[in-house]
Amino acid sequence: MGVEGIGASVARKEDKRFLTGKGRYTDDMSVPGMKYAFFVRSPHAHAKIKSIDISAASAMPGVIGVLEGKQLQADGIGNLICGWMIHSKDGSPMNMGAWRPLAHDTVRYVGDGVAIVVADSLGEARDAAEAVVVDYDVLPAVTEAVKALEAGQPQIHPEAANNLIFDWQIGDGGATDKAIAEAAHVTEIKLHNNRLAPNPMEPRATLGIYDSAEDHYTCYTTSQNPHVARLVMSAFYNVAPENKLRVIAPDVGGGFGSKIYIYPEEIVCLWASKKTGVPVKWTSDRTEAFLTDAHGRDHVSTVKMAFDKDNRVTGLKVDTIANLGAYMSLFSSAVPTYLYATLLSGQYAIPAIHANVRTVYTNTVPVDAYRGAGRPEATYLLERTMETAARELGISPAELRRKNFIRSFPHQTPVIMNYDAGDYEASLEAAMATADWNGFAARKAEAARRGMKRGIGMSCYIEACGIAPSAAVGSLGAGVGLWESAEVRVNAVGTIEVMTGSHSHGQGHETTFAQLIADRLGVPIDSVNIVHGDTDKVQMGMGTYGSRSGAVGMSAVVKALDKVEAKAKKIAAHLMEADESDIVIENGELKVAGTDKALPWFQVALAAYTAHNLPAGMEPGLKEGAFYDPSNFTFPAGCYICEVEVDPETGTTEIIQFVAADDFGNIINPMIVEGQVHGGIAQGIGQALLENVHYDPQNGQLITASYMDYAMPRADNLPSFKLSHQNTPCPSNPLGIKGCGEAGAIGSPPALINAITDAIGNNSLTMPATPQKVWSAINAAN
Amino acid sequence: MYATNYHRASSVQDAVKLKSGTEEGKYLSGGMTLIATMKQRLASPSDLVDLRHIPDLKGISVNGRSVRIGAATTHYDVASSVELKAVCPAICDLAHHIGDPHVRHMGTIGGSVANNDPAADYPAALLALDAVVVTNAREIKAGDFFTGLFETALEEGEIIVAVTFDAPEKAAYAKFRNPASRYAMTGVFVARRGNGEVRAAVTGAGADGVFRHDGIEAALATNWSADALAGVTVDASDLLSDIHASSEYRANLVKVMAKRAVAAA
Repeated sequence: MGVEGIGASVARKEDKRFLTGKGRYTDDMSVPGMKYAFFVRSPHAHAKIKSIDISAASAMPGVIGVLEGKQLQADGIGNLICGWMIHSKDGSPMNMGAWRPLAHDTVRYVGDGVAIVVADSLGEARDAAEAVVVDYDVLPAVTEAVKALEAGQPQIHPEAANNLIFDWQIGDGGATDKAIAEAAHVTEIKLHNNRLAPNPMEPRATLGIYDSAEDHYTCYTTSQNPHVARLVMSAFYNVAPENKLRVIAPDVGGGFGSKIYIYPEEIVCLWASKKTGVPVKWTSDRTEAFLTDAHGRDHVSTVKMAFDKDNRVTGLKVDTIANLGAYMSLFSSAVPTYLYATLLSGQYAIPAIHANVRTVYTNTVPVDAYRGAGRPEATYLLERTMETAARELGISPAELRRKNFIRSFPHQTPVIMNYDAGDYEASLEAAMATADWNGFAARKAEAARRGMKRGIGMSCYIEACGIAPSAAVGSLGAGVGLWESAEVRVNAVGTIEVMTGSHSHGQGHETTFAQLIADRLGVPIDSVNIVHGDTDKVQMGMGTYGSRSGAVGMSAVVKALDKVEAKAKKIAAHLMEADESDIVIENGELKVAGTDKALPWFQVALAAYTAHNLPAGMEPGLKEGAFYDPSNFTFPAGCYICEVEVDPETGTTEIIQFVAADDFGNIINPMIVEGQVHGGIAQGIGQALLENVHYDPQNGQLITASYMDYAMPRADNLPSFKLSHQNTPCPSNPLGIKGCGEAGAIGSPPALINAITDAIGNNSLTMPATPQKVWSAINAAN
Repeated sequence: MYATNYHRASSVQDAVKLKSGTEEGKYLSGGMTLIATMKQRLASPSDLVDLRHIPDLKGISVNGRSVRIGAATTHYDVASSVELKAVCPAICDLAHHIGDPHVRHMGTIGGSVANNDPAADYPAALLALDAVVVTNAREIKAGDFFTGLFETALEEGEIIVAVTFDAPEKAAYAKFRNPASRYAMTGVFVARRGNGEVRAAVTGAGADGVFRHDGIEAALATNWSADALAGVTVDASDLLSDIHASSEYRANLVKVMAKRAVAAA
């Protein structure tokens, strides 16, 4: 692997600028003449707009323009779209209501944008925004999905009767019902996967620049996928054709899914820049982020799991109601369907599965992918159910899982997925050994003597990453292909630039992608630059989400490297008068195998560009591009074990130990992988113990709109994690990578809740397991 | 934040004069609540008169058992005062657990007491210690000072100069933090005073702000031990209820925190 190649824990190249405050984020961007935007937002969860009066605001000091939705519509700017078509089980297409970038007839959640004010300073823009008079006719609101489906509730979009967006199913209902009817035991459980706010450290921001001389737009934005942003803004929102729209996502400070989507603000600021003639910058504040960033999760599910007399799972029936908020965000329809129900087989050989999913409009901010996106919901559901079943059946939760593990690959599940590789027992064994599972009883007894309730819980997760063959996702309704592109440019002096359509917003691509080059060519990573996040520099890409950058993005780099190496070998063979098949690349040199003939990499590069002596007919230069379309998803998996102590007097949970045993396939940089797992577990613990978006069910106001009420995990909520890897290389991509970005957030919540419910002897506990809830559950159990 | 005018007062008299000349001025003493509220545009004072740099308001003096803490003394200075720790470690410990290091270096005891946030820590200490709030006009006993949520006996323009109290024989403060804000969701300060009186004051839980709990005080007066509280009941009906904690849960926390405070005293 070498000190900088694949498998080395190289320090992150990008950290110097991040840690010294020299990162360049969207809000750091300034251009001459730039002005500031502030959005007028709905204070009501549901209301008709009777009128908007901008006259007073327009006359305020420093105001350059006050623009509203009717003008936007008149200028032909399109509505926001959902990019994944789902059909209900009766064959009808999903019932999508209109999402206007600026509402002009109806507002549907607190924070819905109504107008934009552009002024010389942010303070003046905000002052003027307060002077915009919007006359609302307030309507009743509904915030909970289950309630929104009931008769007599407020109707949020005329297109969606009873607020139902679609009623979708997957799997074999008949076979599943039969398995349940014939079961020796059926475990039933009802679960709520709590709603979360994404909370990236950097809030969303955008800078829209219209150049009237060139009739050209530039959009700086906090995006995980700038090319998709350009594609959608060009093809659907009529902002500008692709050749007249440059999208740049510079340093981006965290996304967790929330920066995948194209939000109204990018579109409105670009349009406003043309309307006002000045570059327009908008940066979200934290409360605005709580109000307008797409939230995650919010599923209510009922589960029936059937077992035969030998404790083998024979069937799984799931009914889920998913809250999609007031509008359908870009991938919102895919999250509770193909990213969720296709993972309901977990690590287990389950012969019959059926899931029914209803998605629902409510008067809340849109819900879309958040770290894990559907897979945490599936894992939480399965692993709470497995643990509950083990308790009901009176067998060890480890034994029940072992009995049902899939043990041969490839394995076709009843819900589309074809698992290509894995060794679930290996992670289970490793986790149990690290956690000293067998010593738990003694630790529990010792804790009891101190008056504490000690519990242990496990979770065996699987996820699907590197989403996945374009033709396959297209057949399931995806509006885009899910490949990735790369270009490897070798400069005349041998340094290398890699253009990738993947986007780094904290993942460390500038290091890991460079490690791949270092590994292949034997050049130092310092001679490699990774270029991403700019549609003018990288031709096309699909961005970063779903742990796809390694498995898909780096595979594209491999393909481009293959071509570069092939050409370089031809040149070297020609220069050294050797046979092309005898050329090997080692330690930054091209060598004739078995001889002492060698040319340094830079000399071959120089030869390619001087073109004085190239093989006959060869084009000058050394630059190759490639597109990589995966043949399958990848399937990271693992086993997490959590041990807790609960203080019965206060209901406080202390995490004593957290063990993660993961199979990520081959690993490029173990240190970065470890960091990803740490962050993922922290977010999973946040979901399980602390975080919850709370809307007032009566009026739809967001109660948890600041850190005074939204509880984020902090260092003292977390133990030191004990990590290990049991890697089985992925057979579906050239590097054998599976992906690691979401595993921590997927595997940890059920392990933690299983541990707490074990400690307190009451299984009816919902996330987040706050001290109050745990205290109440203890008292209910006594 | 709306535009405002900042004034740094050099003395109490200067502060009164500066504020009297303003349209809707406010005193500032750390601003750990006020500045955050202004940033949200929920408060818009025309002027801020900063008391934090007035020399007479700063510092801690201990004479025997008699303690005086200047109003502009930061939480950090209270937490780290060797003299104070020698006679009343409980209040140092309380100050050490307010907010985070930034807050402890900016926030002041006078600012906290004048604001009387129902989840603030100091009001419980002052009430349990039978402290006196000294202003530029008079002396007000803590029992008369805290009058309701964010309400005090301070008159318009009146400035807290210092807080005084006699160091107790034993005292301790135990708080249960709100999981999100980390303010006291329930905090109990117990004190056994030199005259034999026992006081237990509760913050974070009362619907009307800080209060003393008779049942806890009576039990501890008879028997200063955590076990003595086993039979005490805490009525939930006068307690706060919100998304983080019901009044019933807070009632439980009042008792549990009281027990822990006594055990730590």
